[in-house]
This record gives sequence, structure tokens and C-alpha cells, in this order.
Amino acid sequence: MALRGDWMYENNGGTCVAIAGIDYCVVAADTRLSVGYNILTRDHSKICSLADKVVLASSGFQGDIRALHKNLAARHLLYQHQHNKQMSCPAMGQLLSNTLYYKRFFPYYAFNVLGGLDNEGKGCVFTYDAVGSYERVGYSAQGSGSSLIMPVLDNQLKSPSPLLLPARDAVTPLSETEAVDLVKDVFASATERDIYTGDKLEIVVINASGIKREYLELRKD
Amino acid sequence: MFRNQYDTDVTTWSPAGRLFQVEYAMEAVKQGSAAVGLRSKTHAVLGAVNKAASDLASHQRKLFRADQHVGVAIAGLTADGRVLSRFLRNECINHSFVYESPLPVSRLVVQLADKAQVCTQRSWKRPFGVGLLVAGLDETGAHLYYNCPSGNYFEYQAFAIGSRSQAAKTFLERRFQEYDTYSREDLIKDALFAIKETLQGEKLTAQLCTVAIVGEGEAFHIIDQQTIQEYIDAMELSTGGPDEEADAAAPPSAEAQEGGEGASSEPAPMDI
Repeated sequence: MALRGDWMYENNGGTCVAIAGIDYCVVAADTRLSVGYNILTRDHSKICSLADKVVLASSGFQGDIRALHKNLAARHLLYQHQHNKQMSCPAMGQLLSNTLYYKRFFPYYAFNVLGGLDNEGKGCVFTYDAVGSYERVGYSAQGSGSSLIMPVLDNQLKSPSPLLLPARDAVTPLSETEAVDLVKDVFASATERDIYTGDKLEIVVINASGIKREYLELRKD
Repeated sequence: MFRNQYDTDVTTWSPAGRLFQVEYAMEAVKQGSAAVGLRSKTHAVLGAVNKAASDLASHQRKLFRADQHVGVAIAGLTADGRVLSRFLRNECINHSFVYESPLPVSRLVVQLADKAQVCTQRSWKRPFGVGLLVAGLDETGAHLYYNCPSGNYFEYQAFAIGSRSQAAKTFLERRFQEYDTYSREDLIKDALFAIKETLQGEKLTAQLCTVAIVGEGEAFHIIDQQTIQEYIDAMELSTGGPDEEADAAAPPSAEAQEGGEGASSEPAPMDI
């Protein structure tokens, strides 16, 4: 592909998913880093633990993603110094949105999914576009495999329409293990058809007892 | 006799070659309530006396965390101390952001000293009226520095500043030669002893003092009141029992950065 001399972005591919449960949140992303038809590494994490109860997964341009994560981590440290406590998930959600919009005219090429527990201990997922438009949802997928995964999540998690009144909770009644199994299934499927998704899956589960990490091998082709 | 003529501006020298405004600023440090610091090869401890303006008021916060590996104790104008703590925090964050590694303590104190020096050479400014004991851990081990309002800084094995600090200094002078090999529990005990010296007869309780520690495998944090009270009780009995204290102290030190004041029933510290 002929590149313009001034094209400052690169798509490193990958997919991120998050699902909110009653008292847990699952955030998962594959670990493949690619450029064009090449794989740069099979073992690169797209997930960043920002706070006790907040985890961010981003796919897109790895340079911008790294910078974005560093930025948020530094802001979180400042917040801790000032307020003597960790940032809540909704607070970090707003901060991320503002940080992205700040670069509205030279955006972070990062497609983000923020997961964690809200102030009441319920699962909390925020989904973003590249310039900071965000929404709290029950589940979300972003990245190269998102169009393959989202319809399956819609089918399985039956999120009520946000247009209903009174507003219904979007968190899934599934148990933690069921949600993790669902995530493993959708990634295995996405890996089959999306060339940028595969190698290994990193699954992070946040619940009252903390943050737990597990890995699953995916197809390497 | 001639002090009054040359002490109005910080930018006016006296005939004897002194800057009186800077020296007056150092006086302000001596008026503040005491703070002590000591270090071994692997740990550094800071302690401060909690003096409240009256029984109705809460005490002023004197120990601040600058980063995981550095903290400060202040004596003097606490407002100036808060502002400088904010500066230290910012410098640490900026360094970590650019270099992805903790700011070495020696560099931090130089930046702080340079900031203090600026205020001794501008006619429209005044020197900071606060002395800082900076305790931190970096690749070269644990360090303790004292930063003056004058812009000078010195490294110490142990030091005390503020009112009645001479009593603490006398105590520390007798003991500091062995500090390099002291365990963290013994360091804390000595810090409490030093604080006790500055109280001059008043009974030492955990309410009256705050102690923080930083060391290998231990981020800078303020030790909770209960553990401090246990140390004090053990000191009074002078039977030691360091193993018990080590167990009691281990869980709090393993926890993350939240200050002990948040957990206790004390009124909220006045911090930015």
C-alpha cells in the first residue's frame, strides 16, 4: 500500500471486548501486534490496569495507545495524591473521554473499552470512539474483530434497548465463569475470520477481591 | 544593631555578607513543630509531631508522599510545605512519564533546592518558610536529605528539625553510627524515641505523632496509628518483641499507598 509521506498513523490491529456482570467485569483482548500482512509480535498486551477497579483495553495504533495509557496512569497518580483515594470507574470514564477529545484535531488512533466496578460494586463497561464519544453499556467490542464479535454478544447477552423507560440495567445476569467462557468462544470465532486477531487471548476479571488475569492460546495463523 | 537596615529585602546584603531574610526564613523552620528522619542502607523513616492549633482544631499534616519511593516531612510554614509537596509530586510524575523509572532522590532534592534558591534572589519574592526532610529509596539505596529555605541541601544519616529538635538531635548523634545495619523495626523505634525527646516530658501516644517509612519492597506510606501504638507500648515495656511488631507491621506495609489517617477516626487532614 502506497503511504503518504505525512501519514502519521499505523493500524496494529487486534480486538478488545468487555462484559459487565452483576458484581464483576471481564475485559479481554488478543495479544497479536501486526502491520499490514505481517505479525510483529504474538505477545503484546493491549490491556492496562489503571486503578484498583478500572481496566482499559485499547486497539488501534500501538504508539498512540501506549501514550494514552501513560497519560491516564500519570493523571491517576495525580488524582490519588490530591484526593487520597483511587479513581472510580465512572470518573476514569469521563477522564478518558476528555483526554481523547482534547486531541480532537489530531486524535489518538485508539479504540477503547474501559471496564471495571462502579461505586456500588456493579460491573461497569464504557465504550469509546477515537475522539471521546462514550457511553456506559453492558458489553462492548472494539477493534478489527469487533464487527464479528458484537452481533454474537448482542445475541447472547440480550441487552435491553437503551430507549426503554424506565432505564433497564444493561449488566448481564451471567455468572463470572459463564461470561469468561463466552469471551473465549467469541475470540476463538473472531480469530478464524479476522487475520489481525489471534495468537493469545488475555482475559482480565475485576471483582470485589481484585484483578485476576488468565491467558488462552488462540490460532496462530 | 544594623540588622534592621539590611533585613527588609531578600535581595539586600548585609555588610557582613549575610542575607537576613533568608536567615529569618530558617527561623520560621525552627518555630515549627518537630520532624525527624533516619535511614539505614535499605529503609528510611520520617516522623513528625502532630501539633494542633487548639483542642478544637485538627492537627496539620506534616508528612507527604511525593511518589512510591519518596516522601517528605515538613517543619515551618505548612502552607509553603504543601505547595512544595505538590511541586515534588509533579516532578516525580514528569520524570516517570518521560523515563519510565523513578526519579532518583538526589536529583529531586536538587530541583527542590534550585526552586528555593530562586526565591532568595528575586526582590518580589520571599523565601519559602519551610524545611523539608526528604526520605527516599533509589538504585543507590535509602537516602535522607534536608532542604533549607536558603536553597541548600544536605544528606544525613539522621536529622531533626523544628522546635526542640536539639533534644532529638542529641539522641540521634549518640546512635546514628549503627543505623546503616538497623532493621526497619529498630529504625521506627528510634524515630519514635527521637520524637519522644522533642516532647520533653509529655507522654508519647500514637495520636501525637505520625510516622512514615519507605524501603526495599515497601512503598512510601504512613504507618497506621494502631501499629505505632504497639511500638510505643513495646518501647515502654522495653521488652521489645520485634517479631510481633513485624507481623503487625507487615500487613499495613504491604498495602498500597493510602495514608493511615484515612483509616483512623481523625478529622480529614487539610491537604490539597
